[in-house]
Amino acid sequence: MLFQPAIIALLLASALCVLALAASAPFAVEVIRRWDIRSGSERQLQLERRTYLFSTLLSFVLLLQLAAVLLFVFNAEKMSGMFVGAMCAVGTLNVNAFGFPALNAKIAVFFLAAMWLAINHVDSCARDYPLVRIKYALLLVLAPLLAGSAWVELQYFLDLKADVITSCCGSLFSEGSPTLAAEASSLKPLPAIWLFYATLGTTIALAAWHGWRGGRGNVSAYALATASALAFAATIAGILSFVSLYVYEHPNHHCPFCILKPEYGYQGYLLYLPLFVATAAGLAVGAVQPFAGRESLRGIVPAFSRHLAAVAANAFALTAAIATAMIWQSRLILLEN
Amino acid sequence: MIELSAIRKAFNQGRENEFWALDGIDLHIEAQKVTALRGPSGSGKTTLLTLVGCLARPTEGRVRLAGEDISGLPERFLTEIRRRRFGFVFQQFNLIKGLSALDNIILPAYPTGQPRKQLLERAEELLARLKLGHRRAAKVEWLSGGEQQRVAICRALINDPELLIADEPTANLDSHLAREFMAILEALAGDGRSILLSSHDPLVTGSEVVDRLVEMRDGRIVDDR
Amino acid sequence: MKLWLARQRYLIDFTLASLARRKTRNLGLLFVYTVLVFMLASVTLYSHALRQEAARVLANSPEVIVQRMVAGRHDLIPPGYIEKIGRIRGVQTREARLWGYYYDAVTKANYTFMVPAQGAPAGGEIIVGPALERSRGLAKNNGISFRSYSGKLHTFVVADVLPQASELVSADLVLMSDESFRAFFDYPAGHYTDIALSVANPLEVRNVALKLAAALPDARPILREEVLRTYASIFDWREGIVLALLSAAILAFGILAWDKASGLSAEEKREIGILKAIGWETGDVISMKFWEGLLVSLTAFLLGFVAAYAHVFHFAASLFGPVLKGWAVLYPRFQLTPQIDGLQVATLFFFTVVPYAAAVLVPIWKAAITDPDSVMRG
Repeated sequence: MLFQPAIIALLLASALCVLALAASAPFAVEVIRRWDIRSGSERQLQLERRTYLFSTLLSFVLLLQLAAVLLFVFNAEKMSGMFVGAMCAVGTLNVNAFGFPALNAKIAVFFLAAMWLAINHVDSCARDYPLVRIKYALLLVLAPLLAGSAWVELQYFLDLKADVITSCCGSLFSEGSPTLAAEASSLKPLPAIWLFYATLGTTIALAAWHGWRGGRGNVSAYALATASALAFAATIAGILSFVSLYVYEHPNHHCPFCILKPEYGYQGYLLYLPLFVATAAGLAVGAVQPFAGRESLRGIVPAFSRHLAAVAANAFALTAAIATAMIWQSRLILLEN
Repeated sequence: MIELSAIRKAFNQGRENEFWALDGIDLHIEAQKVTALRGPSGSGKTTLLTLVGCLARPTEGRVRLAGEDISGLPERFLTEIRRRRFGFVFQQFNLIKGLSALDNIILPAYPTGQPRKQLLERAEELLARLKLGHRRAAKVEWLSGGEQQRVAICRALINDPELLIADEPTANLDSHLAREFMAILEALAGDGRSILLSSHDPLVTGSEVVDRLVEMRDGRIVDDR
Repeated sequence: MKLWLARQRYLIDFTLASLARRKTRNLGLLFVYTVLVFMLASVTLYSHALRQEAARVLANSPEVIVQRMVAGRHDLIPPGYIEKIGRIRGVQTREARLWGYYYDAVTKANYTFMVPAQGAPAGGEIIVGPALERSRGLAKNNGISFRSYSGKLHTFVVADVLPQASELVSADLVLMSDESFRAFFDYPAGHYTDIALSVANPLEVRNVALKLAAALPDARPILREEVLRTYASIFDWREGIVLALLSAAILAFGILAWDKASGLSAEEKREIGILKAIGWETGDVISMKFWEGLLVSLTAFLLGFVAAYAHVFHFAASLFGPVLKGWAVLYPRFQLTPQIDGLQVATLFFFTVVPYAAAVLVPIWKAAITDPDSVMRG
């Protein structure tokens, strides 16, 4: 079922991303082998100039991935009408085994690209480009992951078969097809609420601590990165098990995607956008930390790390505030006190 | 201020038509002095200017700016240094057609992101100083050669550089305008600004404004007075 | 951050000025870009409106329709058939319906004659849809004659005209009483066209259909959700095919954009050289060019989209309509309701702006790495 406009667009975007990274692979190898910052040769100059191209390409890939994640979910939502029993995006993604892996892979690639760009940023602030080899080695690691994500996505779309009336006469062709799990599995609300607020609170506190220490310190940096990843998971779990219930004002509708729908005023974007920004910033703190000890990065990494910690703290706080506001506004009473 | 040691610069390196434009230059350019490079065309004057002004990197040798070695810096940082510390007046003026004199002048300050009001104030000051205030809104292609050069000088000064670099500044001017240019140069030197220029115009090289004359030939310094 | 914003503002300023200076050069690209967006947007807007229209038509139709099959063809419902269905849990109402098509030789159009469940006009009177009102110049209390298939002339009095709002559903509708209908079509007494069942709970529909099939082996239940799904899928598929065909145009556009972006004029090359010499960084030039691309893209996108909107909703998509509408999918005459959908716009953006961005990325970089000392050597 490839001839759906949004699917063609998504595959086009994936193909472009894979192409961009594939094109940069030979260059990455050349950098790793030939880079010599002290040389004044023309070849070195050309290598340096090409790094601009690949930074730009990676930013392009990052943006495209983010847009693709949104379009992917959007499209799953819309296609839910075509599958028996699929009430919303969750159902569409459950049509075959590749749906959720494809989405998860997309999100993972987005975060990895963000981390790469963070390393790229600190590297290009230092006068001797100390991380150039590491950076391009990481790019070589990122390329197959991106290709893998594109492959899973393709499998997902190839495997989609709409349950439609195939002759001009209506019939009950879909008798035997199993009902799709329209609801995602979820935690009980009360523990989920605890988990959500506790994890976000801890992460914000860690970010503040890291910032207060001037963006220095391995412990606070890695703790913040780990906490950010956990906070991402906790927020998704929270959305599944209680935020969505409050938004839909329905005690059994656990869906992380329907809140993106116009019926609910696109509230989901308010929630997901700060969450993605916060998580990317928090993970980036961890990504640049291993290089804090380098001579030429001594001043650069802590400053950038501090900046990222501030972004993470604010964006996580915003996420928590928005979720709280959604609960506040809701007429649903989930917890009797 | 700037020290060059054992500088060599090759073009088309490793190819058939490889050639060395500079071949072993040692030179110390002092602050608050007017230094002129003299020599026939092809002697490497312009190439030397590009190395001093961080427009290019030497193939071999060291460039030190205020004690710091900048010869191995990536272009990104050379640009930063160039923007902050050097101002250029080119032989062809190299103004951007279609923009007004004022817009041309503030162009080098765009990447610094300073407030526009501040920039315009400084540009007006410079225009007034070079007696161009009445031409501020004119498109540069409507200006005379002398006016264009004065706009180019204003542009070179907008970021308040330590060193003004001028490449054959009088090559496109008649004697009258060339003398006018030298007068401007004298005034700038009087402010204590360092100036480095290349020329084979006796009107420039023989001028009293020039503190030091460096004679070049075939990529080497042959005389230094 | 503030500094960064200020810098971007300067770059945008410069880009605007430079675009204005090279109007003719950019107009060509802008025109082609706009035409591309226009074509793609027409296709997506049109198919989306069709999908919506289909959904609207079906929204009022019953959840399940039962037809009787004889030798694989659908046949009239004989007397007593409806009782055989019996009570099925979840079915709120069962209703035998009478309806049929009538070809009017005067206007060369098909009308739908129907007996409404409630509010049927008295014998000899009819209620007509707005299309009929227009084409036959009818008004309330006018008389009108139809020659029936058997050759007899029947005269009716127009009791009322249906409201305009639900045009697609009711445009060609003629409502009449049970007796008038049977008399006009020589319909055998006690027979009906089909049976409509309404089911409140959407999850029950499938079970109801299964029980029906068990109780009446010669019946064919048609589920609304399946019809809806089929329509949606057909329109999507058509749209996808047209877009795939147009991908050749997208590719051609990408090549044009690449060519335009890499074929910088000598003047432009000189300008970039100057900017770099006076202190612009490679990244600044890339950003500047990026803003240029974004401005061109947004302008083309907006122009193309507005043009497509006008084309589809005010000129009835005269260019692509025939391909997308297909045959007999919907009633041939209808006015589309303007409708914009976020997914459509997002998809369109992917189809136009992303290829453009990808095509100009490398040329932009190539231009941006111009040697800063080129202006002194030239």
